[in-house]
Amino acid sequence: MKQIKKIAFWLLVLFLLILICLPGIWIFVSAFRPNPEILSKPANWIPDRWTIHQFTQMFSINGYVSVPAFKYLMNSVIISSVSTVIAITIGMMGGYAFARFNFRGKNSIFLSLMLARAVPGISLSLPLFILFAKLGIINTSFGVILVYVAMNVPFTIWLTDGFFRQIPKEMSEVARTDGCTRLQAFWNVELPLAGPGIGAAAIFAFLLSWNEYALASIITRTVHSKTLPIGMMDYLDEFTINWAGMCAIAVVMIIPALILTFIVQKHLVSGLTFGGVKG
Amino acid sequence: MSRKFFSGPFILILPSILAIGFVIIIPLIFSFYTSFTSYKLTRPDSLFNFVGLRNYERLIDNTKFWYAFGRTILFLAVVLNLELLFGLGIALLINKITWGQRTLRTIMMFPMMFSPILVGFQWKYIFNDNIGLLNNFLYLFGYESAIPWLIDKYLAMGSIMVAEIWANTSIFAILLLAGLLGIPRDPIEAARVDGCNSWQVFKNITLPFLMPFIFIALTIRSLDVGRAYDIVHIMTGGGPAMRTELIWTMIARIGYKDANMGFANAMSYVSIILSIAFTYYFFTKLVAARRDLGQQ
Repeated sequence: MKQIKKIAFWLLVLFLLILICLPGIWIFVSAFRPNPEILSKPANWIPDRWTIHQFTQMFSINGYVSVPAFKYLMNSVIISSVSTVIAITIGMMGGYAFARFNFRGKNSIFLSLMLARAVPGISLSLPLFILFAKLGIINTSFGVILVYVAMNVPFTIWLTDGFFRQIPKEMSEVARTDGCTRLQAFWNVELPLAGPGIGAAAIFAFLLSWNEYALASIITRTVHSKTLPIGMMDYLDEFTINWAGMCAIAVVMIIPALILTFIVQKHLVSGLTFGGVKG
Repeated sequence: MSRKFFSGPFILILPSILAIGFVIIIPLIFSFYTSFTSYKLTRPDSLFNFVGLRNYERLIDNTKFWYAFGRTILFLAVVLNLELLFGLGIALLINKITWGQRTLRTIMMFPMMFSPILVGFQWKYIFNDNIGLLNNFLYLFGYESAIPWLIDKYLAMGSIMVAEIWANTSIFAILLLAGLLGIPRDPIEAARVDGCNSWQVFKNITLPFLMPFIFIALTIRSLDVGRAYDIVHIMTGGGPAMRTELIWTMIARIGYKDANMGFANAMSYVSIILSIAFTYYFFTKLVAARRDLGQQ
């Protein structure tokens, strides 16, 4: 009886694993298959032939054939990195203020920041589209970066607030009695200690920018500023879809995200829960 | 007074407030204004054509809008509850494992990395009636007529819910697992000695302890409910015959396809209030749960 229970338990775990991993694996496999094989009926489960055709087409720098994926990738990298650096810098300042100071309206300011973040992208896109067009920053990386900074700030504050709280106040107090200014104490004591947590917050911000679709689909119009999620739609015509191509660009999109997440997963969870529980 | 206002913490928070003010607050004030005009993208001068509450009146009279609104509420109710339930189940399951727990936890985070647009595409591919993984799989078992998952008026919504649940269950699972790992062993053992069964232990000790974690997960999740737009947009585009139209896809259609910005902005306000209400509700619950736990 105990044996059966144990087997059932592990079967359940296995089933879960398959459910979580299979869709991604299927995308990955399909990215390396020729299109006719994907379309074959009955299904061809194990690829007869592997090909990197879709990737060479996407990345042929001299005169692209299918979709200018390299340009999209560069846009994505630049927009996500720059917006992350800015959002982390100003978000960290905010997080530090919430963790270390008591001031009037602290909780309501914190709540308002979170509520600002809750505004759905598509609802925000309508006025942003008009305003950015008026200001002449539509279809520019600058405009997209600006939007992502604002979107990432509230969550960065939530995370860094939690990490700064984990550091005992006394440590910076000791440093300050030894003659450091508050800024020096922050720079030499608190920042290094909160480092891994801030790294996690940065990756979270990066991923949000990397994956965002609703807003970018409106304020980027051409290859000049389109990011990967928007570029992915190039493979989608009204009636036909280039499945292999879409899978290939999906792989390009997911691999950096996966690597980054594996690096920070531990800190991510502790940051989210600490900021929330011990508030 | 004013010197104090511009010192210390306020200076530190100011850049955040400025960024949010410029990208979120000012556009929202602008769109609030346009929701009282007959603004159409194609006719810029209509920006100053003030029509009072007419857009909102049209909204109230619009049955399509109310269908989309009701569908959105239903969608969120089903999806959030199932995600919480599955997330709790997975967390309890993984909490029992001693060997390879770390690896499993990492794998569990997998769907969190996926862009919603990618999740949508991935499930569009799986649910495709012709070449989809699911129908091919059923074919193996002799089920030869292709099921039109995304074309059938009833199945389409269910398929979208599957995608949404796949993408977001992991955030619940991860956070609840973190909560489970933090539960002190003593009260559980004491309760077992006193003769409590597993269910009683779960209900009286584990669950109250998990409550703040449940609300953290719900708060974080409620920030992003609007991202369902991406998934629906790529999977069905609101079709078939608007059967999967949610409030967010309807905004996009009215605003960009029909270029009727004033009306779309009025609708946007309903969706913003919806999101903010969700977040506010869970956030206050979180604060309360936190306070309860602190008192114990």
